[in-house]
Amino acid sequence: MIDDGFRLFPEQASTHAPRVDLLYFFLLGVAVFFTVLIAALIVYFSIKYRRGNTQVDRTVSHVESFRTELVWMVVPLILCVMIFTWGADLYFSGYRPPAGALEIRVVAKQWMWKFQHPDGKREINTLHVPLGGAVKLTMISEDVIHSMFVPAFRIKRDVLPGNYANCWFEATRTGEFHLFCAEYCGTNHSRMTGRVIVLEPAEYQAWLAGGNANEPPAEAGKRLFEELRCVTCHVAGGATGRCPPLENLYDHPVRLVDGQTVKADDGYLRESIVRPAAKVVAGFQPIMPSFDGQVSEEQLIDLIAYIKSLAKPAAAPASEAGDRP
Amino acid sequence: MTTISQHRPPTVPAPDQPPRRNYLNNGYSVRSWLLTTDHKRIAVLYLLSVTFFFMIGGLAASVVRLDLTTPEADLVLTETFNKLFTAHGVIMVFFFLIPSIPSVLGNFLVPLMIGARDLAFPKLNLLSWYIYTLGGLFTIYALVAGGVDTGWTFYAPYSSTYSNTHVMATAVGIFITGFSSILTGLNFIVTIHKMRAPGLTWFRLPLFIWSTYATSIIMVLGTPVLAISLFLVGMERLLKIGIFDPKLGGDPILFQHLFWFYSHPAVYIMVLPSMGVVSEIIPCFCRKRPFGYAFIGFSSFAIAVFSFLVWGHHLFVSGQSVYAGLVFSALSYLVAIPSAIKVFNWTASLHKGSISFDTPMLYALGFVGLFTMGGLTGLFVAALAVDVHVHDTYFIVAHFHYIMVGGAVMGYLGGIHFWWSKMTGRLYPEGWARLSAILIFVGFNLTFFPQYILGYLGMPRRYHVYPEEFQVLNVMSSAGASILAVGYFFPLTYLLWSLRWGKIASSNPWRAAGLEWQTSSPPPTENFAQTPVVRDEAYDYATIDAQLAAVKPSSPGVELSHG
Repeated sequence: MIDDGFRLFPEQASTHAPRVDLLYFFLLGVAVFFTVLIAALIVYFSIKYRRGNTQVDRTVSHVESFRTELVWMVVPLILCVMIFTWGADLYFSGYRPPAGALEIRVVAKQWMWKFQHPDGKREINTLHVPLGGAVKLTMISEDVIHSMFVPAFRIKRDVLPGNYANCWFEATRTGEFHLFCAEYCGTNHSRMTGRVIVLEPAEYQAWLAGGNANEPPAEAGKRLFEELRCVTCHVAGGATGRCPPLENLYDHPVRLVDGQTVKADDGYLRESIVRPAAKVVAGFQPIMPSFDGQVSEEQLIDLIAYIKSLAKPAAAPASEAGDRP
Repeated sequence: MTTISQHRPPTVPAPDQPPRRNYLNNGYSVRSWLLTTDHKRIAVLYLLSVTFFFMIGGLAASVVRLDLTTPEADLVLTETFNKLFTAHGVIMVFFFLIPSIPSVLGNFLVPLMIGARDLAFPKLNLLSWYIYTLGGLFTIYALVAGGVDTGWTFYAPYSSTYSNTHVMATAVGIFITGFSSILTGLNFIVTIHKMRAPGLTWFRLPLFIWSTYATSIIMVLGTPVLAISLFLVGMERLLKIGIFDPKLGGDPILFQHLFWFYSHPAVYIMVLPSMGVVSEIIPCFCRKRPFGYAFIGFSSFAIAVFSFLVWGHHLFVSGQSVYAGLVFSALSYLVAIPSAIKVFNWTASLHKGSISFDTPMLYALGFVGLFTMGGLTGLFVAALAVDVHVHDTYFIVAHFHYIMVGGAVMGYLGGIHFWWSKMTGRLYPEGWARLSAILIFVGFNLTFFPQYILGYLGMPRRYHVYPEEFQVLNVMSSAGASILAVGYFFPLTYLLWSLRWGKIASSNPWRAAGLEWQTSSPPPTENFAQTPVVRDEAYDYATIDAQLAAVKPSSPGVELSHG
């Protein structure tokens, strides 16, 4: 059960949460200090210099002081630089998944969250994750913009149609936590909620093993690859000469006809299936038809998993947080 | 301050005397109002319009707050709830906050404050009101016909492809109203440049004029971009041209860039004029020149310029490049500096003043406090990692209401009370006015402070149903909203009451500096009998009080207190 008692401060359940809270408390200190300072000055001056008080000295020695102005420009500026640096540092670490994170695929639609674990196990509106160890969410929307928000983890990321977005977390407490859609997505936006259930690693494995057997995404992708007749051109090693080889493609740089070089990440592969003409590999013709509308987001994820499985298992470098290739 | 002493003395006419000729009794026909080119009458037209929209927007908010007292959806349908918060946002932003101070107080005061007969383009000014009204009619139509449910932000592709509500009519309404904003801004800029009275140099201008000028720049430069964004949404909706929807080959983030390029500066369209009002009120009720006149003035321009460079801080979690996020976060902190300058200068202005606590001053001090809290929580949301957590939660709702309601509306009401005698020739009842100013301050804090806590706890905005643990804070917020509603109801009542039964006002009941106080209340249609000549600095309260003391050495200086 989610702990639903009244509280004034959210639970901390990820490695990121206490770091964000520390900055939050620092900001709270700054805000309280200046609010109290201004309020106290207003009250003090209001009493001391009220019109009825004729006993007070009102002679103004100097009307304006440049030095005073300088002080209240420079002090806030120094504080701002500090807060900016601190916030930026945490932002980068919050959106940069560490290497070797457990990757869970998320497809959002009006109004549900669909999850798929690496072994192929699927669930809706409930996400089971292991305690300790980084979990990376690779997310895409089927329709409008949604936003993945787990308050206890202090993470949030918009889930866009047409491109993958990432976020990651490392849970530090077992239990159940709220999962919200934070970006307004239509009528039942407020019902597009769910739970994140953090389990001990052994329990997570047991949970994965339970229930129906699942087809791993790479295998489902391989089946789909044949059903869609992709193999007609994309034969092993690219021997037809009509298309570049898919082996060892994933996460490697690709040179395009316009001279640009892009990395063959999830976003690039998805685009190359849906809009093949958008980024054509140098030395090839844009002859591949579009599969836009013919494959679902889940099937696209399977196809990408298959292409990924064709690459040699190398240590994946920490990828940039959702930047378009 | 000026050579106005030869004016007829500001005596209070006996009730049996025929009233002096002024802009209000210069014709009573409907035609004389609807075809007027008098900036003061147009200001009154705007006053009626924005009050009408404020009541509709407030009504929508009341139903939303009432519904949120329980975690379930039990008062209205979710479709209706979404339309209500959209109506609240659209109406309050585009039809109340943006036109409120510039179009009502700005229209009334800019020519009076600079000693001009009217704005530079009086017919254009009337046209602005008609354009605003036409845009308003489209929006009212959209509401009556069934409403719109996209949120005031119109995020694509929801607005452009998925929503089945009246997006087009609303967008057309806002598109049209934008032109009113542009024309008003243009009118002010030209007027302030070309029509200042002899001797009224830039550094003798009232700070309200500085802030109105800065606001006008934003209106002229920013509004076209909003118009374009809404136009593109319309194109995608009607003609299926792919601009924002990825299914049509568009980019949804592009909409957010375009929308916030206007809508972030628009926040300063709302709050800069209020800052101008507060900069007029504080010196008057402290009887001294504001501390750091030039710094307050220039900080308005700094805010206007920086406001165009920070739009990307609305996109920290959107998938915009993290490096862009870095730049926009850094630039956002730049806005904190001129805002801090203003708050510190207003506070320092109290030092060694002779302070009285009439209603406008209560609103001004309330403004300083609430704007400080709104501004300081701006530091939270500009900090990248903290924004990731609080983005799209009630923390944001609380933050921008502290700026827009705690700031802009407090300033607007303070200004309405400060210049009410000038606009109507009547005094409002001071006791009731003070009571409602305090009610509004208390009600406001009770409404919006709990929302900061709710937001950090993680309650997303635009939620009709929510987890039970958030109920206590939501009930507090709704309770505050009911106090706030009562607080707003009072001025509406007693200000109307004062039109008939309020005491007749002298030309300058506050003994305030500024040219607008040196003509009669209400002013004649031509504003000034002869063009004033300015020889002194603005806010020369020391001289004014010294002259008054010389005329009536026995009077302690409080005999003119209001009401």
